[in-house]
Amino acid sequence: MTDVVSSPAGVLDKPARRDIGIKRRYRAERRFRAYGVAALSFGLLFLALLLWSVVSKGYTAFQQTMITVPVEFSEQVIDKDNERATDPQKLMTANYPIIARNAVAKALGVAETDTSGLRAVNQMISNSVRSQLRDMVVANPQIIGTTQTVSLLAAGDIDSAWKGQIDLNVTEQNRKVSDQQVGWMNKLAEAGALAKHFNGGILFNGASSRPEAAGVGVALIGSFYMMLIVLVLSLPIGVAASIYLEEFAPKNKFTDLIEVNINNLAAVPSIVYGLLGLAVFVNFMGMPRSASLVGGLVLTLMTLPTIIIATRAALKAVPPSIRAAALGLGASKMQTIFHHVLPLAMPGILTGTIIGLAHALGETAPLLLIGMVAFVANYPTTPMDPSTALPVQIYMWANEAERAFVERTSGAIIILLLFLIVMNVGAILLRRRFERRW
Amino acid sequence: MNMMSEAAVEKALDKKMNDMSYKMIGNDVSVYYGEKRALFDVNLNVRENTVTALIGPSGCGKSTFLRTLNRMNDTIEGCRVTGKITLDNDDIYDKEIDVVELRARVGMVFQKPNPFPKSIYENIAYGPRIHGLAKNKADMDQIVEASLQRAGLWTEVKDRLHEGGTGLSGGQQQRLCIARAVAVSPEVILMDEPCSALDPIATAKVEELIHELRANYTIVIVTHSMQQAARVSQRTAMFHLGQLVEENDTDKMFTNPDDQRTQDYIMGRFG
Repeated sequence: MTDVVSSPAGVLDKPARRDIGIKRRYRAERRFRAYGVAALSFGLLFLALLLWSVVSKGYTAFQQTMITVPVEFSEQVIDKDNERATDPQKLMTANYPIIARNAVAKALGVAETDTSGLRAVNQMISNSVRSQLRDMVVANPQIIGTTQTVSLLAAGDIDSAWKGQIDLNVTEQNRKVSDQQVGWMNKLAEAGALAKHFNGGILFNGASSRPEAAGVGVALIGSFYMMLIVLVLSLPIGVAASIYLEEFAPKNKFTDLIEVNINNLAAVPSIVYGLLGLAVFVNFMGMPRSASLVGGLVLTLMTLPTIIIATRAALKAVPPSIRAAALGLGASKMQTIFHHVLPLAMPGILTGTIIGLAHALGETAPLLLIGMVAFVANYPTTPMDPSTALPVQIYMWANEAERAFVERTSGAIIILLLFLIVMNVGAILLRRRFERRW
Repeated sequence: MNMMSEAAVEKALDKKMNDMSYKMIGNDVSVYYGEKRALFDVNLNVRENTVTALIGPSGCGKSTFLRTLNRMNDTIEGCRVTGKITLDNDDIYDKEIDVVELRARVGMVFQKPNPFPKSIYENIAYGPRIHGLAKNKADMDQIVEASLQRAGLWTEVKDRLHEGGTGLSGGQQQRLCIARAVAVSPEVILMDEPCSALDPIATAKVEELIHELRANYTIVIVTHSMQQAARVSQRTAMFHLGQLVEENDTDKMFTNPDDQRTQDYIMGRFG
């Protein structure tokens, strides 16, 4: 109150301001914001770490070391008695790996009498050259007796070594590739015969115990069938159930019970759905094991609660004034819902469905129980045929011992993540597309 | 009608009104929301080609009564209506009467403008389409134009019929909603505080429109504004605590009401 004295006439005096804690309030707000930013940064840091670890480990899976050499399709080896016209089995059972071995041995200058050298050469080529060369010959028997330039798959260990994944400082007895083979690798590379190529096999091949020939082709088809089944079944059933529950069902104890149960089902561990599918679809109804049909049905059961909850929320969010407007014009309840409410709820329904599908695409546990964790080398033609799924393939590869499967596991994770990203972007785009203001 | 002067039209309408031709008759109407009783034995008749205003303080049951007239209360869980309401001598709560048909005959305009999030054209065309009122596109175009003309909106929107109805101003939206109600050719139009979300200029336009619509429709309007009731209606009903206090000619109601409570409400002593 010393101001009273200093100010002239005293009219300019303001009353002392009350302390209403302005500073404290702003401090609280700043603190809260800081918490938010910290939490977000923490989350982003871990996301970046995850992506970095997967991508840095996995990108090499999309490359494959190949040995490109002139291969002599020697009649002497394939069909020395010229029986191929009469015995169709002859071309199927011929000793093709010998041809490949000889071709590489020739390129390296290994003598035909050096048996240990030939064995070491043989270890450098993948066993899958058998089917590779056989397919070439069966498709075109004319090449017997000629020499063709062929890119042969290198063995998994050579592939790993060439990509620098095998530590060459370890003593020779304790590592998978010998010094001799390393020398040959460098020699072939200098001659331009050994190089890394794009590995289409990881996308298209089926299961294989040889990492260089293994791919997620079967798993992709299995996952595709399952997503199709889940979409076709769970979208109409889920949306219809939600419409009935939200718009038509009387509100009583029974519907309350159903609502509580649906919410609980969304939280049931997915492996329980696998047990249910095993008991009902496989054991009781006698459907085949390992089939994507059963997998699709199990995932449908698992996805339904998610879709129902999302759809009901979307229906609830449609303003009641729109319903009143339609009813007031004499539209029946059904017309009101299908002409006005459902189109407005569509963005929410589609988002919920795609999130549910993405969830189902990444689901592993229930599929293990219905036998989809299987070694399937051939493409399934129908959903009734045995197949695997992407996440299960990842799980199986993660259990393999070979060094080359480590990068392929990460490679398969990258493929799965790409599909999930595509689906989520699709959800966002659909949402934008259908979103309307009112 | 065009031959007659405006005053003559008014006079003819007033005569028709005083002939006591009741469009809708409410007999001992009571409404319960679950255990709670919202209306107590209301006896209120709605005259043909008349604007009937329902006034009263908030929560007095005037909106509830309005919504019984086209059974919009059916959509509220736990709502029960007793008594008898007739439309041209048909009991509208009879099992024989279909609620969809009833609502095609008794249209409704709501408090908040609620156009569909579609084009102006589609907003109007929806009602006629579901009731099969137009045989072809030309018919529909004509209905849309006539309805917009009636609602006094045609000149404002005729160049943008295919733009969104939600892009119009509040007052235009409300007139669009009136046009939408008119498009299905109802006999009665119910209006639940149609101007409460509008500014004075838009309100004036809607009131003028209500006045014009009287020639072809029977109108029941709920309003909080006593000036509005006095301006647009010929008959006024005053509700209080779920009971009908008084129903009278609007002129008499605002100058010399029979009931003390009406007097007090109009004078602003409560409510």
